[in-house]
Amino acid sequence: MTDLPQAIAQSHSKRANIRHRPWVRVCHWIVTLSFFALTFSGAEILMVHPRLYWGDAGNDLTPALFELPISRNYQHGGWQKPEPFFKTASAPVSASRTYDIFNKNGWGRSLHFLSAWLLVITGLVYLIAGIVTGHFKQRLWPHTSEFSASVIRKDFIRHLGKMPVSADGERYGPLQKYTYMTVIFLLFPLTVMTGLAMSPAITAAYPFLLKMFAGAQSARTIHFFAAVVLLLFLVVHVVMVIRSGFRQQIQAITWGK
Amino acid sequence: MKKKHHITRRKAIIEGVGALGALLLTGCIKKAPPTYGNILRMGDALTYAAHRALLPGQSLVKEYQHSDISAFPATGTTNPGDPINRGDHKIPYSEEYARLHKASFKDWRLSIEGSVARPGAYSLADLQKFQSRTQITRHSCEEGWTAIAEWTGVSLGRILNDAGILKSARYINFYAYDGYMESIDMLDAFHPQTILAYGMNGQDLPIAHGAPLRLRVETQIGYKSVKYLQRIVVTDEFVDNGDNGWAWYTGI
Repeated sequence: MTDLPQAIAQSHSKRANIRHRPWVRVCHWIVTLSFFALTFSGAEILMVHPRLYWGDAGNDLTPALFELPISRNYQHGGWQKPEPFFKTASAPVSASRTYDIFNKNGWGRSLHFLSAWLLVITGLVYLIAGIVTGHFKQRLWPHTSEFSASVIRKDFIRHLGKMPVSADGERYGPLQKYTYMTVIFLLFPLTVMTGLAMSPAITAAYPFLLKMFAGAQSARTIHFFAAVVLLLFLVVHVVMVIRSGFRQQIQAITWGK
Repeated sequence: MKKKHHITRRKAIIEGVGALGALLLTGCIKKAPPTYGNILRMGDALTYAAHRALLPGQSLVKEYQHSDISAFPATGTTNPGDPINRGDHKIPYSEEYARLHKASFKDWRLSIEGSVARPGAYSLADLQKFQSRTQITRHSCEEGWTAIAEWTGVSLGRILNDAGILKSARYINFYAYDGYMESIDMLDAFHPQTILAYGMNGQDLPIAHGAPLRLRVETQIGYKSVKYLQRIVVTDEFVDNGDNGWAWYTGI
């Protein structure tokens, strides 16, 4: 084996005058930790009720948008005969559950909210620091030339081919900028807002949250899809890190080297 | 007759042991909900503190139209007086509840005790004499589902005032026939939509949903809305029954 990869890395680090700032590195890893805890506990919470709805009300006795076969609670059918509340046709019903469902929400919910606190506090610090230090403007906001379709097409094709090993000395590419901006300014805020829209106390104080997402159950469904897109981002992100020099990238985001 | 009130040594010992037993039954008494050194409970405490510090106090939850009323699953205990459940310690059986149910809850009384000037027992008829409140609200279960129903009852704050709640009171503790217990703070207790409900969707509260009387705490998750109410105990300090693995405050 030759020393070629190392030589490339060295040549890169020589002209690496843009490094990940210390607060970026700290925020990155705290958000990573809280994201894993949120995904883990979120999956547990979804397993307890693997049905998703639209609107304000949704439960086992109302139709679902779709159901996920991810726990023994899926279509368990353990209900006594439904009884209508009113004497009208198609009146809403009540039924008693006879099935001992899977439910670990005691720790699931508390872990979810604890990690949400970590995410929200770190996220706020990151947003403020990003604005104050000019980080967003300098590193994430696309250059005027990067709004063109041909530049984006070229960048996309570049991602399909062999990628050069690069440390943090590189400027972000246009697709990378668009992706990070979507994650930071759209997907994370969306998961937080839809999460808050499920809270009875918070929606009492801020009813616009229910209006904004067309109801508590719609918010839950959007929360789920936003989380799925964030997980897809994670997969692509990790693949790109591996393809562009895993060791160098990890060192850059951890120690700033 | 006066002899009856004499405190003999034997009586003092018996009563002392009884009082100690009662204290052990209700558990330890603390100023604030404890965290037991558990990081999850610390997170819950942070949420509670943040809600109390940051949210405007006693905002009303959304009230819905009659046409919004939805199907409503009955979960948890669905009849504490069902003899089928006898012997199964996972599903509590109350012989007293079964007897009261058989007599259409005519002998049922809600006991109000603790830090109140006038402790007493309220029958359903007593409670129905107070001005009623009807609200169509969304029930959010910790499991993830929601349901909308119309609840009719009397404001908890009204009953607490009627019993002469003392200024030192900090927590309201609810005890149910199925052995369930929950407590809430004064802000939620005197929230205008916190009611003791005896009606659901225009009818008497069904057995499966907590007959004859259940609590509705609309600003919190469903498990705070205790069904099958038996007694309310007002305390100056937090009644700690140990960490049951679930968050005490669930406004989120």
